[in-house]
Parts: sequence; structure tokens; C-alpha cells
Amino acid sequence: MSTIAHERFEAVIGLEVHAQLLTKSKAFAPVPPIYGEAPNTMVTPLCLGHPGTLPVVNENLVRYIIKMGLATNCQIAPKSIFARKNYFYPDLPKGYQISQFETPICHDGFVDIELEEYDKRIGVTRIHMEEDAGKSIHDQDPYNTLVDLNRAGTPLIEIVSEPDLRTPQEAYAYLTKIKQIVQYLEICDGNMEEGSLRCDANVSVRPRGQKEFGTRTELKNMNSFRNVEKAIEYEIYRQIELIEGGGTVVQQTRLWDTSKMQSRPMRSKEEAHDYRYFPEPDLPPIIVSDEMKEEIRAELPELADVRQKRFVSEYGMSEDDAKTLTEDKYLADFFEREIGDYPNPLDISNFIKTHVLRTLNEDKKHISEVNLPTGSVQAIVSLNGKNEISSSNAVKLYDEIYDSFNNFQNVLPDQDFVTGNITFLKGNLDTNPESVSNFVPINTSIPDYSVRINTDLPDNTLVYLPVLEYSSAKGLAEKLNLIQVSDSGFLEELVDEIIANNPDEVERYRGGKKQLMGFFVGQAMKASKGKANPKMVTQMVAKKLEG
Amino acid sequence: MSVSEKEVRYVANLARLQLSDEEVKHLGEDMNKILGFMDLLNELDTTDIAPLEHVVEMDSRLRKDEAKTPLSHEDALKNAPDADSDYFRVPKVIE
Repeated sequence: MSTIAHERFEAVIGLEVHAQLLTKSKAFAPVPPIYGEAPNTMVTPLCLGHPGTLPVVNENLVRYIIKMGLATNCQIAPKSIFARKNYFYPDLPKGYQISQFETPICHDGFVDIELEEYDKRIGVTRIHMEEDAGKSIHDQDPYNTLVDLNRAGTPLIEIVSEPDLRTPQEAYAYLTKIKQIVQYLEICDGNMEEGSLRCDANVSVRPRGQKEFGTRTELKNMNSFRNVEKAIEYEIYRQIELIEGGGTVVQQTRLWDTSKMQSRPMRSKEEAHDYRYFPEPDLPPIIVSDEMKEEIRAELPELADVRQKRFVSEYGMSEDDAKTLTEDKYLADFFEREIGDYPNPLDISNFIKTHVLRTLNEDKKHISEVNLPTGSVQAIVSLNGKNEISSSNAVKLYDEIYDSFNNFQNVLPDQDFVTGNITFLKGNLDTNPESVSNFVPINTSIPDYSVRINTDLPDNTLVYLPVLEYSSAKGLAEKLNLIQVSDSGFLEELVDEIIANNPDEVERYRGGKKQLMGFFVGQAMKASKGKANPKMVTQMVAKKLEG
Repeated sequence: MSVSEKEVRYVANLARLQLSDEEVKHLGEDMNKILGFMDLLNELDTTDIAPLEHVVEMDSRLRKDEAKTPLSHEDALKNAPDADSDYFRVPKVIE
């Protein structure tokens, strides 16, 4: 965005975030809200809108939204009611969505966001409960629309911000904060790409200094955090150009197109929505007693801000590192799991920051998706700390373990290796799928490591894990020949050889070119494949050439 | 306050009702009678009275968050006017 535009105009942005709750059953019916199942198999007569069915409120819908309300400093309404939002669409078989209108259960809260140069408090207008609709499929059948009602009735909360946001960056920071909170509360997985977190944005611009808001547009269809930022930026730009060109902004809903990186007005019937909200007669009011509220407050986990402060005070971590590690709950959990009783937690946090995050970024994976065995990072850091492996070999060892467990293949339809409920295999199935028959089944658990297995798999499912043949990180380091050699006999032979092979460098070194020490140590590391203890090599070279 | 024929047709459309001209006229008259009655009620001062949302004074009973067996796929689609082996089938909805 041009700075000139920024000087003359400011944007006013409000976000509406829908979070899909991680409950075991739907909002008003006792069946699982699961996706990826065969169409129309996760339904009850209620989800299908059959006459005579009545909704019953899921306790966790209420508890989870109160958690969210408390975590965002909201007032919790002692009494709130559900409302019907009426409209006709095939994926909404009842003809109305159960939602909340006049009395949201949570209201008047705030979250604090951090930007590079300043912090800001963003108001949360309201958080209310509602149910999701089913799914319409328009492109599979040329003459019909197909409807899958598995999603119908999935519990959602809608978090509505005050129009306090002024820049796309603030919107991004706010949305990220909301994701962080729902993840820490474990009420939603926060995955925008998969639609469990959805965001619509209301955007308008006004000349700086003007009090009244400009005409706003609503942006939809932004399916990633970055897209939200980009779509808002595009929209601000579009509105400013329109106004500066003498035009006026039309109130409309616009869809973001990721491939074109631009938005277009949504094609829809011109008539404005008329939802005719009225109190849902099938559901009596939701009453939240002080007792219930305080009970839920007591259950609230340590949230990111508090955890960040604790990392600084408990582990002596820098503010920045503590922020990096606590931004994502799962990463913070991973770090604390790896510390165990290790005396130098900072070595572990540094390793995670540098190497674990590197591999995750390279593979575009989330920490929850890789199956690093418990204690593996601690074992590697500890070997390095005791000088048993060099820092560079610590990285090699880590990469080896990461690759093996990351390439974990869950189930293969191969019956040859049935030796029990779980069969461990040696080898990397991702890179050698065709050589499965060469793999050796090891029907055992792995000493020193606990591997997370998908326990939802039915009994006798074959789980093939590309397991390495080792009983500890040290065992693997030995097997991979990564152990640092501090044996003076071996090192002396090595140093003698290097001195003999590089007479020119020896001469120059003796002539005063001391920087060549790096060359000799480098040669020793190369010849020993990184195993030579560099400190001892340095001492030996110095002694032999100067002594 | 009175309801015009245009408003009757608008509300009918929202409710997906197809009305004849005769019905529009009738319903308009009925609605105007109802609104007239409301006007009568409006003469009462209700400033300090909370709106009545439910006639029955009771709280929602909350259900434990437990999943039970869903309806079978066959039963789910059984009463549909139109379906294929997986989905409910409806006339093409243009987005």
C-alpha cells in the first residue's frame, strides 16, 4: 500500500471468526461431528430436519464458549437465549440455523495483540453459539446439487471483534491471537486451511480525522492467515482508489480469489438477507450460574502470555525465544516434554528453535504432525553437551531421527509381516516403498523411546514404523559413526598425516600465518568425517608446529 | 400501520409460499387485523418489563457430550424425494 494513501486515509476493520469446537458430539444431537466420513452417515433425524425432532444443548458447547469468553475477558451472560436465523438453502434442512442474536452468551471482552512496534487492545464485541450447515456440492453432478449433511449441526462459536483494527497487520495479529487462544484452550484445532477456523472481514476506509465510518464491504473466502492479511490489504487499496477516482464504495460481500490474489463481488440475488431472527422456541434459556462460571474459570489452562512470562522466569529464556516457543501451544508442550530433568533447558530450547523449526519449515509441517520420539532432542543435546558428538554431528543425528519418524507410514495393505498387533519395521518406507519385502520386522517396542501410535486404529492393524536399529540416541550415533573421537592416539596419527600431506601450509603457518589453524582443523574434521574433537586437534597441531 | 400487498408478497416469498391474488388480499386483511390488535397492546406502558422470550419458565437442560450411533445411511436417505447412493439430490443451486 502506498504511504501517500496511508497519510490521507485510514482503514477500519472488524473480524468475525468462526471456530469449530472439538466436542465429541454435535451441538444439539448426540452424533460425532466428524469429517472425511462417507456422506450422510453422521446424521440423526434432527440433523436432517425431520418433523417432531427436538434439539438438546451439548454441555460442552456451553462450557467451551464460556472458556473462550473468560480467556478473552468477556462478560458472561447469566441468562442467554438461542434464536432462529431463517433462510432457505438445501444444506440447511430445518429452514433455519440455531444461533444467538440479541443475547450472546459472552460479550464486551478484549484481547491484547503485539505488533513489532506497538501493542494494542482489541475489543471483542460478542461471542455466540451456533450450528454449522451441511455441505452443498455443485460441481459433481451437471444437473443437480448434491447435499451432504454430516456437517449439519457441528458446534461453532462466532467471535466478533469491535471495529478496532486499523491495518492488515493488526488483523493478522488479532486472528493469530484468537487461534492461539482456542488452541491453548483445546476447544478448536485452529486450522484455517481445513476450515475449522474461518474468518470474514468487514472493511471500510475514511479520511483521517473523520469520525464517521465509511461504507463497508464484507470479505469472505479467505482460507489462510496470510490470505486474510492480503485480502484486507487489497480491499483497502481498492476502496481508496475508488474514492480518489471520484467513485463511491458499494456495500457488498466480496469473495477472495487466492489464485488471482484479488476479490470480486459475490454473485447473489440482489435482495438483502432478511433472516427474521426470533427466539428459538425449542430451547429454553441457557442459565450460567456464578458457580458454573467459577468452576470453568478454575479449569482454564495456562495461556500463552502467562506461559511466555514463565519461560523467561523459570528457564532464563530471552523474551523473544519465549515468545517463539509459546506462540504455538504444541511447540511449547514439545519443549517442556523434552526438558525432562535436563539441567540446561536453554540448550534444548536453542536446539528446537534452530533445528526442529528448520526441519518443520522445510517440510511445511506442524510439530503435531511429526512423531519425534519423547526424549530424542534431549538425548541429542545431552550427547553434544558431554562432548560425545560434535555440534555438526548432533544436527546429523537429529536429521536422521527426524527423517525416520517423520516418514512414518501408518498402514500398508501388506499381510506378510503379521506378527502381532503392531509390527515395527526397519527401513524408510516413504523412500523405499517397493522394497518392503526386504525389511526386517522387529516385533518389539523400542527401548528408551515411546513412539506415539494412532490408538484409534482397529486391533490387528499393521502399523509400519520405519524404526532405526538402536536402543538409544547414543546407540544410533555409534551406528552412524558420529561419536566424537577424543582418543589421543588416533588424533595424533590423523594430525601427523595432515601435517605430512600439506607441507606448503605447514611452512606458511610456521612463517606466521596463524589463521591457517582453521585449515588444519578443517582437514582433520573432514578426514574424520566430523568426529575428531576439534579442541584436541587444535592443541595438537599447535604443539607439533610450534613446539 | 398497515401492510401493503407488496409486503405480503415479500413475506410470502421469504416463506417460499406461492399466493394467488385473492390470497394476497385475504392475508393482507388478516395481517392488518393482527397488527391492529398489536397496536392496542402497544397502548400499555412496557418500559420496565423484560421481553418474554419463552412462555414456559425453565432452563435448558444440558446434554452430556457423548456420541451415540448415527442413523444408518439407508435410513438417512430413505425419505428423500431424490437422492443418489451417497447424497441428497436437489435442483441445481446456482451460487
